[in-house]
Amino acid sequence: MTALLEARNLKKHFKLAAKWPFSTPPKLHAVDGVDLVINAGEAVGLVGESGCGKSTLSRLVSRLLDPTEGQLLLEGEDIGRLSTARFARSEQRRLIQMVFQDPTESLNPLFSAFDLIADPARMLLPRAGKAELRRRVEAAAQAVNLPLALLERLPHQLSGGQKARVGIARAIVVEPRLLVLDEPTSALDVSVQATVLQLLDQLRRERGIALLFVSHDLNVVRLLCSQIVVMYLGQVVERGPSTEIYANPAHPYTRALLSAIPTLRPGKLERIKLEGDPLSPISPSSTQCRFCGRCPIERAQCRTSMPALRELAPGRQVRCHFAEEALTGLPAAV
Amino acid sequence: MTNPLLAVKDLTVDFITRHGTVHVLDDVSFDIGDGEIVGIIGESGSGKSVTAYSIMGILDHAARIRSGEILFQGRDVLGMNRSELDRWRGKAASIIFQNPRTALNPIRSVGDQIADVLARHTPARASEIRAKTIDALKQVRIPDPERRSKAYPFELSGGLCQRIGIAIALACAPRLLIADEPTTGLDVTTQAVIMDLIRNLAREQKTSVALITHDVALASEYCDRLIIMHAGHVVEVAPTAEIIDHPRHPYTAQLLRSVPSLVDSIGELQAIRGSLPDLRRADLPFCRFAERCDRRLPICDAERLHLGPALERHAVACRNPL
Repeated sequence: MTALLEARNLKKHFKLAAKWPFSTPPKLHAVDGVDLVINAGEAVGLVGESGCGKSTLSRLVSRLLDPTEGQLLLEGEDIGRLSTARFARSEQRRLIQMVFQDPTESLNPLFSAFDLIADPARMLLPRAGKAELRRRVEAAAQAVNLPLALLERLPHQLSGGQKARVGIARAIVVEPRLLVLDEPTSALDVSVQATVLQLLDQLRRERGIALLFVSHDLNVVRLLCSQIVVMYLGQVVERGPSTEIYANPAHPYTRALLSAIPTLRPGKLERIKLEGDPLSPISPSSTQCRFCGRCPIERAQCRTSMPALRELAPGRQVRCHFAEEALTGLPAAV
Repeated sequence: MTNPLLAVKDLTVDFITRHGTVHVLDDVSFDIGDGEIVGIIGESGSGKSVTAYSIMGILDHAARIRSGEILFQGRDVLGMNRSELDRWRGKAASIIFQNPRTALNPIRSVGDQIADVLARHTPARASEIRAKTIDALKQVRIPDPERRSKAYPFELSGGLCQRIGIAIALACAPRLLIADEPTTGLDVTTQAVIMDLIRNLAREQKTSVALITHDVALASEYCDRLIIMHAGHVVEVAPTAEIIDHPRHPYTAQLLRSVPSLVDSIGELQAIRGSLPDLRRADLPFCRFAERCDRRLPICDAERLHLGPALERHAVACRNPL
């Protein structure tokens, strides 16, 4: 079966200003050789701290940025080679849609909810007539439980939850196969977040829309996603089914991340404190592990060779020399 | 509690806006004991930040304190004049703000900003102030404090900026620290480090902490007691474990069911029905949760239930509690 979307060795390096005239400008390795597979109707969670490249990766996947290197296959066809402008006019544009972080800032304040939802359809389905457009917008609004009476309102007349729904409605109006969601609930209150999460899960189950859910909230990812990808400084450090990663995180960074989530449950992991800041993503060394300096199980080998992403168990990959030790040496999480 | 460090009694605050008077806080009462860490929890618009700003005397000009007392060690903060307040603030009570980058002055070095607080409240020779500044930086575990004291906020990461905010707030070893969403916008790993730091320093200095947050899970991990707010009312006050295991107010119970870390599957998540009432309304119901509540009784609308200043261990402002 071909995956819905597959990234192979995807890289995005941003060129920075050169320090001296004629010297080679340094490069910020935002995404540094990421492989990613998203199957149809699957929810994949992408987690990591700020600056780890998860937003850049989500923009690469939704083709808002051109990759520096690597392939991006949509149903087996390489869409990474088209420029963003060409891709925006292609047939495939409508198959990958994006929902942005802050519903207040990502909606044009001068557009009514109807126009906001209709806008992508006008661009991507130019043959749809007026009646067809209205039918589609209303169907999308109904799918996200947005009362049709609110369609004439402007964004400032809507509540945070309603704006979040408009953001999702405009993404699904063109019937995409994949939704890329960049922290869609971080600006919402918990009670509103609950409805939005359930809505996303419902869209996935009923319409088979795959989700790439970018978040730093592991509690949310645990509920929504069956697969988890953990990123650190531009690289995937661990990947696998979410239940297994939650039960038994293999990479020390994943362990630290999981132990840091505040929880109301008893018997959680002992807190692993990460002191210090991550290494710089600007021209990083290719001969040391990027987690060096913060890793609780760091050894000499970590500073001389970069661990490869290797198979730990079927369907589970980890980028650490000593992952087995982490698995057996420390108490398991709940 | 016989003699709380801070007692807020019947605090009522309105905001005068172009669109009418907003009844932001209504008869808010609670107290904070010596060395206690208390969480003030609520969704946006519940009045938790306004409560904090009222205590610190930094309310917006549009705010009007209609009634109430804020007693700090028995002394009414609301009755203090400007110079008394200036001497009290930063020394006896201080606040950590939500966004460390906007709370710091961008054009002064972080060391100078800590020295300002020290110079104001504990006048000393410049060399002493400098030494104390470095100590304050060491206390919040900033690596290489001599060099970092000369840095400007933009040169530091979000986590380091928030440590500077904590260093400023704790420089004069206050008795009360208000932390207004201190870790919103920080990574979970940084959040854990910052929260541990706040808790440990507070314990060392015997400082009481009011942690203002919307994150129930975070508050439950660090707080001794929780104060739940909804639409400008305090709806429930109780020790943390009790509130988490046996919430009595319908709002608290529903809030807990919407927290992702408390449930096992997405189907168990429940959103709270309806939304906050418009606080500009003249006909606000006595119980501001009544219109969203499934346990509403006729008596809920008949008279106001007061969660008075004399709080029991587990106080709940509901006619029909769970």
